[in-house]
Amino acid sequence: MTTSAQSNRSGTHIALRMTGISKSFGPVQALSDVSFTVRAGTVHALVGENGAGKSTLVKILAGVYQPDKGSTEIHEKPYTFDRPDQALAVGVSMIYQDLDLAEHLTVAENVFLGNEPKGRLPFTVDYKAMVKRTAELAKSFSFDIDPAAVVSQLPTGDCQVAAIIKALARRASIIIMDEPTSSLSETEVERLFEVVRQLREKGISVIYISHRLEEIIGLADDVTVLRDGRVVHSESVTKLDIAQIVRYMVGRELTEFFPARDVKPGDVLVRVDNLSSDSRIKEVSFNLAAGEIVGMAGLVGAGRTEVARAIFGVDKKASGSIVLDNKELSINSPADAISNGIALLTEDRKRTGLCLGLACSWNVTIASLGLLGMKRIINPARENKIAADIGEQLSIKWLGPQAAVDSLSGGNQQKLLIARWLLAKSKFMIFDEPTRGIDVGAKKEVYSLLNRLAEEGKAILFISSELPELFGITDRILVMRRGRLVGNLKTSETTQEEVMHLAAVETD
Amino acid sequence: MSKFVRQLLPFGSLTLIICILSALEPDTFLTTENLLNILRRSSVNGIIAIGMTSIIISAGIDLSVGSMLALSGMVGAYAMIAIGGSDPQGSSLIIGTALGIVIGIICGFTNGVLITKLKLQPFIVTLGTMSVFRGISYVMNNGQPYNVPSYKYLGEGIVLGVPISVIIFAVIIAIAGFLLKYSRLGRYTYAIGSNRVAAFHAGVNVDRNLIYIYTFTGLLVGIAAMIATSRTVSAQPTAGIALELDIIAAVVIGGASLAGGRGTISGTITGTLLISVLRNGCTLLGISTHVQLIVIGMIIILAVAVDQLAQTKTRELQAP
Repeated sequence: MTTSAQSNRSGTHIALRMTGISKSFGPVQALSDVSFTVRAGTVHALVGENGAGKSTLVKILAGVYQPDKGSTEIHEKPYTFDRPDQALAVGVSMIYQDLDLAEHLTVAENVFLGNEPKGRLPFTVDYKAMVKRTAELAKSFSFDIDPAAVVSQLPTGDCQVAAIIKALARRASIIIMDEPTSSLSETEVERLFEVVRQLREKGISVIYISHRLEEIIGLADDVTVLRDGRVVHSESVTKLDIAQIVRYMVGRELTEFFPARDVKPGDVLVRVDNLSSDSRIKEVSFNLAAGEIVGMAGLVGAGRTEVARAIFGVDKKASGSIVLDNKELSINSPADAISNGIALLTEDRKRTGLCLGLACSWNVTIASLGLLGMKRIINPARENKIAADIGEQLSIKWLGPQAAVDSLSGGNQQKLLIARWLLAKSKFMIFDEPTRGIDVGAKKEVYSLLNRLAEEGKAILFISSELPELFGITDRILVMRRGRLVGNLKTSETTQEEVMHLAAVETD
Repeated sequence: MSKFVRQLLPFGSLTLIICILSALEPDTFLTTENLLNILRRSSVNGIIAIGMTSIIISAGIDLSVGSMLALSGMVGAYAMIAIGGSDPQGSSLIIGTALGIVIGIICGFTNGVLITKLKLQPFIVTLGTMSVFRGISYVMNNGQPYNVPSYKYLGEGIVLGVPISVIIFAVIIAIAGFLLKYSRLGRYTYAIGSNRVAAFHAGVNVDRNLIYIYTFTGLLVGIAAMIATSRTVSAQPTAGIALELDIIAAVVIGGASLAGGRGTISGTITGTLLISVLRNGCTLLGISTHVQLIVIGMIIILAVAVDQLAQTKTRELQAP
């Protein structure tokens, strides 16, 4: 026996044992004979491409879905859950991506929501006790949070902590976290890791779903890889590296993860000059050439999305000009931007991208009906054909153009949005975090699409928080910090360290 | 497939009710006269419900349609009398009709502008204009109606055995059905209702389209108002009180979602007819109007509950 922390946790107590779980939705077999074991007091990463069955598995554990076959044991006792509250009652808490917090209530009120300590008078709530107990709970795990703060005023990282405390208040012994870092900044991610480690120290098991494999290597004890609804591998993280995990996930070696770039950028196509907007960006100027992929790096809140929004006419410009093809554009709305050949793939595809309840074909053609010769009257047969063609071109996996968008996986939804902008014949395309929350295979497809678009002579601005992908695909990298452009570097002549330094460190 | 079933549901219930009534009251229910009567009675509500459908699909609501109906009728009838004297004839009736419809358009346009330019919730804006329009209707003639004894054509006229109002209703169904399904404006209506922010980012001029939708509804209310005025040969300032609730009920029974993005003209027509047929059947069966209220209320809840259930089932089938 060594004395290292990791081997201390390798005790034999099993917090969760799911055996032979199968689940199908109509004709789709989401899980087949999945067995999943989590040791007490460990962080267990659950990885796999979108549609591999991760969400289905944890939703079965949390009582949201009922399995067709299989059994669940929690701390060696068998359970079947028909509803989420039954899972909660035996200590299984799920923290969803969107956190499920009541925004206008305080942290303490959220923690005790539905479970409030009673006040002295009937029908009242003992607010003081609530704050006090939240503070105690936070302290016992060394979390730093103000129980009286209103959730909507908190940064996302603190909201995560609030959601975790809420789980702890319900005596959770197994906490499921679904993509917890997808909307956090670097420092917030570090803090969340600290929180997760605290949970582990106190003997709580964390099931951690993430697409960011680097995180898993640094944080998890064990990893289980799902592919096509089956467990393909389950092992201690120390015995694996990222390349191996990726191989298990996709079932093939991703040798050429990034496409080879041999496009020679042409003449300057886009000139952004002195762009300022009310929302935090000041005097940003840069050029893009035809066929060039330019990355934009920066921390969360540095103003990258705001640059895109100002160019695209979402936010009002305070000053500045945008020249495309030697023509100065007057853009006051996304409609203006689109008709001038600019596209913006927004960072939040559910909120600002897709009309989820509507047909795929409708979502694909919405920005280009006029261009497709359907300015006033829509020809559904033609529209269907156009959507089917572009869907095939981008190999979108759907039941057909008439399928509802919410039946598609995240990666395919993203491709749907890219299809939208392909149809709009945009010359200048802005992609804001296009690979967020999509699986490795889909990421690779997005990269080669970007490359293809560049080959067609489009200018591409690629905003991303993941430096490896910026270095994998761009010709140049712009760095934003506090609303200003602080770096404009040739990708081949810089390093991730230099970009990070520019993005994170005050120079003056 | 289940989407199809969902759309079929209101239609199936309508057919069922018609069959039951035909069996129970073959001599009185299943006569051409009675059926045409049902259609005629449905036309005013149906025309307004078509406008309401487009608004509800866009995730909005218009509570002011009842008051708008009264105001359009009052202004139309006032103009007829002002031009043509106490028993207006001929051209004064035509001018009054046109003016009444224009008032509807102005009211709808006002709603649209207030909602988009002041960025107010449709519920609040139309709650306000509901009161304002009704108030103006009362003020116009000190709460008294305007009588236009010769204004009968729209309400009672018959062409080839079919009441004029039913013909107008049919034409509007055809036009609105086409626009909603095949026009870009119709498409944008669904997009705005499904996700307004996303529609904006996809280049949809959200404000302009919403103004169109509310103005279009105003136009339809104006037409309905003149038919209603003609039917009673008088414009009542109390016309259409609580009408908006009947209209919304018809749209919702027809399968539209108050959350937006979902609804069809055919569904709304079915919903409107369902309510009319129920009313008519209850009357024929000697069930009092008071009991009718209870029946219709329960139908609304039942329709939405069944629809919800069907939706959850679809969701589950489509899960990852």
